[in-house]
Amino acid sequence: MRYYLRRAAFYAITVWAAISLNFLIPRLMPGDPADIMLAKMARSGEVTPGVERTIRLLLGSDTDQTMWEQYVAYWGNLLRGDLGVSVTKFPTPVVELISAALPWSIGLLGLATIISFVLGIAAGAWIGWKRGTWVDHIIPGSTLLQSLPYFWVALLLVYGFAVVNPWFPRIGGYDVFTFDGPQASWVFAGSVAYHGVLPALTVVLSSFGGWLLGMRNMMVSTLSEDYITTAEAKGLRRSRILLGYAVRNAALPSIAGFGISLAFVVTGAIVMEQVFTYPGLGKLMITAVQGNDFALMQGLFLVITLTVLAATFLMDIVYGFVDPRTRHNG
Amino acid sequence: MAENRILPRRSAKLVAGLVITLGIVVFAVVAPFLVQDPRFSGNDALLPPSADHLLGTTKLGYDVLAQLAHGARGSLVVGLAAAAIAIVLSLIFGIFAGYAGGWTDEILTMVTNIMLVIPGLPLVMVIAVYMQSRSLWLVAFILGITGWAGSAVVLRSQARSLRSRDYVEASQVAGERTVRILLVEILPNLLPLLAAQFLFAVVFAILGEAGLSFIGLGPNGSITWGTMITDAYGGNAMSAGAWWWFVPPGLLIAVFGAGLSLVNFSIDEVVNPKLRVVAEATGRRRATEASAPAAVPASPAEPKTEVTV
Repeated sequence: MRYYLRRAAFYAITVWAAISLNFLIPRLMPGDPADIMLAKMARSGEVTPGVERTIRLLLGSDTDQTMWEQYVAYWGNLLRGDLGVSVTKFPTPVVELISAALPWSIGLLGLATIISFVLGIAAGAWIGWKRGTWVDHIIPGSTLLQSLPYFWVALLLVYGFAVVNPWFPRIGGYDVFTFDGPQASWVFAGSVAYHGVLPALTVVLSSFGGWLLGMRNMMVSTLSEDYITTAEAKGLRRSRILLGYAVRNAALPSIAGFGISLAFVVTGAIVMEQVFTYPGLGKLMITAVQGNDFALMQGLFLVITLTVLAATFLMDIVYGFVDPRTRHNG
Repeated sequence: MAENRILPRRSAKLVAGLVITLGIVVFAVVAPFLVQDPRFSGNDALLPPSADHLLGTTKLGYDVLAQLAHGARGSLVVGLAAAAIAIVLSLIFGIFAGYAGGWTDEILTMVTNIMLVIPGLPLVMVIAVYMQSRSLWLVAFILGITGWAGSAVVLRSQARSLRSRDYVEASQVAGERTVRILLVEILPNLLPLLAAQFLFAVVFAILGEAGLSFIGLGPNGSITWGTMITDAYGGNAMSAGAWWWFVPPGLLIAVFGAGLSLVNFSIDEVVNPKLRVVAEATGRRRATEASAPAAVPASPAEPKTEVTV
């Protein structure tokens, strides 16, 4: 119980730190982002006093309020779910834009992460099991995979499978010429899957090497443990030693890492989404950055951070069950 | 038995890693003097590789090899500077926390853990977007102050385990000052780990810079591998089929990263002896299996391993 209380306290403090950071960063930076944003908004439509107030609270501006009053009012706005209004898509509320983009990132990245993890763990376990044989020569190759810039992989895939051989679509999350917007039909789901192949392949290719290496190293360490020797001495079947003794223990750190990766799925593969113009959170973040849409950017940062925190908290709890040792050392 | 425990053993991996890494460093230092001005636009546009332009030219007529050479310099500067900042921070938050223990440890570890769970790239973007003009150094600084938490965790756990070793306690009893214990007793034992973390941080920063450049938040007015890929993407190099423009910079990042990883492997084998002993022990086990039918089970292979382990 003590473990869970400690974790809960930690996450409470982290949430507070993240929100305060979000409040402070625009105020610490040079220039006056609020004025820039309001001037842009005025060009695209009427700015109500309420919107102006929210923007000034989000980004800070010379008002007669003290910092503390601004901070309290900022929290008030957050708790009401008011993250301001976007400039690039004026006057859509930031919250609306984010909730439209969220499912795309989670779906694509979630699925790709799971595929990559399963493949990497299986390959890593096998290479670790066969240590000392020719398969060891695969390892140096996998380091190359690990340090690939993933948006560059995306460029290569686009070049190879969308430009030279036009097998897959180059941009978008679905066929925008056939469908006006997301809808619940099999045809639409097919279009989404078809558009998701290259982005997902990018993620799998660039993260697969990391899982493989981590699992292989843990396998090698685990296989030198005494209980493996004991199991061999008892004459257990090889497959039983592999699956029941080695893989089960060697996979623990990777499972923890997998939990963390899943939690970070919401951050999207930001740069990759830019290459494919994929309608996820990453693309939205880049739109915000390029349009100096500070409110949208701060909102995204906040939502991404809070979702990651909630997910890692969940993973901590789950992992506490999977590996009881963490509950005592935590 | 009398082998050197701090320096990595010479292996094929280490040699390959060093050759790649040093080769690219030399390229970054020397090549910019040998190529033409990377911003000279008098060449024809989008020329494929030829004797005049070994890697062809870009849409604006820049020589790709010249850009690559100057880009190597830019990328390495960002990587090294950011890694240096990150390592200093991780030393403070890792080793100092791990050694000090108590409340200092609690607070520093709390900060580390907070940094660890706050998503990196979004944080970097949020900071970078408010800076209207970003120099190479500023980008390195931003990447450095946001990328230290992972190393700090690794260093802290190692420092904690070192703190309770007998020789450290002995020097505490002998009345050595804390600074001296940290620098003379603890730090040397952390060097391999520190080196590995540093190399990792260099790769991380180079990848980070490339990513930032790609989304328009990279250094203004500098050439790096990241800005090259960005220019190629923006200049529709893919539709034009100009592979010589976008393939080399990404490939160099990947190869450089792989080179550093190979060096890291050798360091890992120093830090975690299980990784190297096991390879040899397996050799023994397989030898045993192979020789088992020959009625003399373990003995022939045994003396050989005694020598190598």
